[in-house]
Amino acid sequence: MLNRTADNVARATPEPLAKRIRGISDKGLAWLFISPTILLLLAINIFPLFWAIYLSFTNYRANRPNEVVKNLGLSNYRRILGDQDIWIAMQTTAHFVFWTILLQTVIGFTLAWLIDRKFRGHAFWTTIILVPMMLSPAVVGNFWRFLYEPQIGLFAYAVSFLSGIPPTNVQMLSNVELAPWAIIIVDTWMWTPYVMLICLAGLRSIPEYIYEAAEVDRASNWRQFWSITLPMALPFIMLAVLFRGIENFKMFDMVNLLTGGGPGSTTEVASITLKRQAFESWRTGYSSAFAIILFVAVFGLANIYVKALNKVKQR
Amino acid sequence: MKSTLKLALGLASAALASTAVSNAAHAEDLTLCWAAWDPANALVELSKDFTKETGIGMKFEFVPWTNYADRFLNELNSHGKLCDLIIGDSQWIGGAAENGHYVKLNDFFDKEKISMDDFVPATVVGYSEWPKNTPNYWALPAMGDVVGWTYRKDWFSRPELQKEFKEKYGWDLAPPTTFDQLKQIAEFFQKRQIDGKTVYGASIYTERGSEGITMGAMDVLYSYGFQYENPKKPYEMDGFVNSEKSVKGLEFYKALYDCCTPPGASNSYMGEGVDAFKSGQVAMHMNFAFTWPGLQKDENVGGDKIGYFVNPKGPDGNQFAQLGGQGISVVSYSDKQESALKYIKWFANKDVQAKWWTLGGYSCLNSVVKDPKFPSSQPYAQAFLDSMAIVKDFWAEPSYAPLLQASQKRFHDYVVAGQGSPKDALDGLVKDWTQIFQDDGKM
Repeated sequence: MLNRTADNVARATPEPLAKRIRGISDKGLAWLFISPTILLLLAINIFPLFWAIYLSFTNYRANRPNEVVKNLGLSNYRRILGDQDIWIAMQTTAHFVFWTILLQTVIGFTLAWLIDRKFRGHAFWTTIILVPMMLSPAVVGNFWRFLYEPQIGLFAYAVSFLSGIPPTNVQMLSNVELAPWAIIIVDTWMWTPYVMLICLAGLRSIPEYIYEAAEVDRASNWRQFWSITLPMALPFIMLAVLFRGIENFKMFDMVNLLTGGGPGSTTEVASITLKRQAFESWRTGYSSAFAIILFVAVFGLANIYVKALNKVKQR
Repeated sequence: MKSTLKLALGLASAALASTAVSNAAHAEDLTLCWAAWDPANALVELSKDFTKETGIGMKFEFVPWTNYADRFLNELNSHGKLCDLIIGDSQWIGGAAENGHYVKLNDFFDKEKISMDDFVPATVVGYSEWPKNTPNYWALPAMGDVVGWTYRKDWFSRPELQKEFKEKYGWDLAPPTTFDQLKQIAEFFQKRQIDGKTVYGASIYTERGSEGITMGAMDVLYSYGFQYENPKKPYEMDGFVNSEKSVKGLEFYKALYDCCTPPGASNSYMGEGVDAFKSGQVAMHMNFAFTWPGLQKDENVGGDKIGYFVNPKGPDGNQFAQLGGQGISVVSYSDKQESALKYIKWFANKDVQAKWWTLGGYSCLNSVVKDPKFPSSQPYAQAFLDSMAIVKDFWAEPSYAPLLQASQKRFHDYVVAGQGSPKDALDGLVKDWTQIFQDDGKM
């Protein structure tokens, strides 16, 4: 049947085209098919990257097209690396990445472990837990802003109910100490289910017979957890950490919606600084250099991490 | 049968012809770009007269204030053809003129006998001229605006509050004329129970993302003695931006924020201010005058319950207010410049300007604002007039965006986040602004 169809297609191919195709090797044909995708990737990924690298050595400003573009050499890079505000933004980013990953991994793994017990109604609870992840960040940011509102927000009233502090004093987004934690709480609320899903896949991939063998050897539950569950789920946990790490390093939407980087610059992560430099101050060359530095940092760290992940998987 | 066919053909031709006519009309439609706010709705109403008179249709592209600058500066920078006419912010004028985004209007004004002497001088300098104080016009003053204050007249007039206030501060509870008085009133109302509800002193600008805290802090700093530069030596800022008087002004703004604003008001600008006042949370409210017609009409806080006052005086008796508002310009990338200029000519007309004011826009034409009936035409008209007489504006340089970003950061870091001292903030601002002007080759 297939042969007949192929024959029909071959017969239907116009002779000049058929002749041309016959002259192309399999490899040539493969290139022919993938070339549109490659061209598209070159146009929207590779070219902008090289263009940004070029711009990072200039004083180019996108809002001044008539101005002469000067080559500044490494001046933009020197200025960024010597700029105290940039270092503060990087520290803020590192703070977010560390705490969000820590909390999401611990809570996500715990939830996965509990869900894996397959108790009655676990499918229902899995769906409920996954809901925050399915919401749009814009929606999440906006409704948490209302929840945090000190005069009408439920969060402030809940804290007040538990602690006795007046709700108007629970200023999550205005207080310098609390604002970073307000964002960490929201990000953890939203993305812990994602970590949970990956961990759950890891836990479910552990063969049952290993636990049965451990039971025969009279290993305690604690021992089974440390010697079987955790080591075998570790590559999955590390994968979740990698994904969340990369995502949170470029965290923008949640910070922008909740605090806009404030109060002051307390929650100004690197991506907010980058956006301000690029699209509010229009320092295109300078912000390109900053983007390249961020790219190299994420790329370098991710590579080191992937190597570590491979080592764990080989064990 | 034949006659039916003829009728069908006739109808089809008529339909085709009407489509062609309507397409031709659409081709002439002008698109006007502005911010999405109350005056924009008034302009839509007003522009119907233009369409009636000229047959030129009007389309509008209104963007919320939070994205207004981003959206339209991107449009201009990319030489987009979306806007034929644009009502651009006053601070854009330098960049728009130097980068060729706006059509220079001098020849057109001369030809059509539109004189800038007919407009309020501050609005001509603020909205139309670049370089400032030179007769180079890039816009027609369109919407006068200035930062002023509203207050709860009904609360101020309560005998028990008046009595308590007088006992505490030794003067009558009335709209403040100095910033010290304003702070005393704000302190007096802060966390007070009125009609069973906790109210607060004042709503002031604290927004970080766009221009909010700069517009608010400058309103105080100007009257305290802040100057952008040495009047005798342009771009020399040390000792002017960070003078002792400026430091005191910024310190005052932080004190006002700390003592007397509603909880959580750390990112508050025009919309949040209006919300705070409308919901009966605050006794006083700093905002641009464009919000006043809407507040006056509000059922809960408008009418007899609201009053207006000019930005108060500083310690030395100096009194200034932050200029807002915009001019209307023809975009140089538009293919319909002739029609766009017709709109400007129509908009400059005395009667159109008078109607503009009645619909809720703020006319900048002398014949409208100097009309003897003007001060009594609206309850806020006098406060608007008095405020427009004392305006100052932020830098309108081509680099206004980075200059603004620097002040947003320095002010917010100090006022809201409480980091460093006012001197540190202003010294830092001098450093940032100096760097920006050096990069521009102006220093």
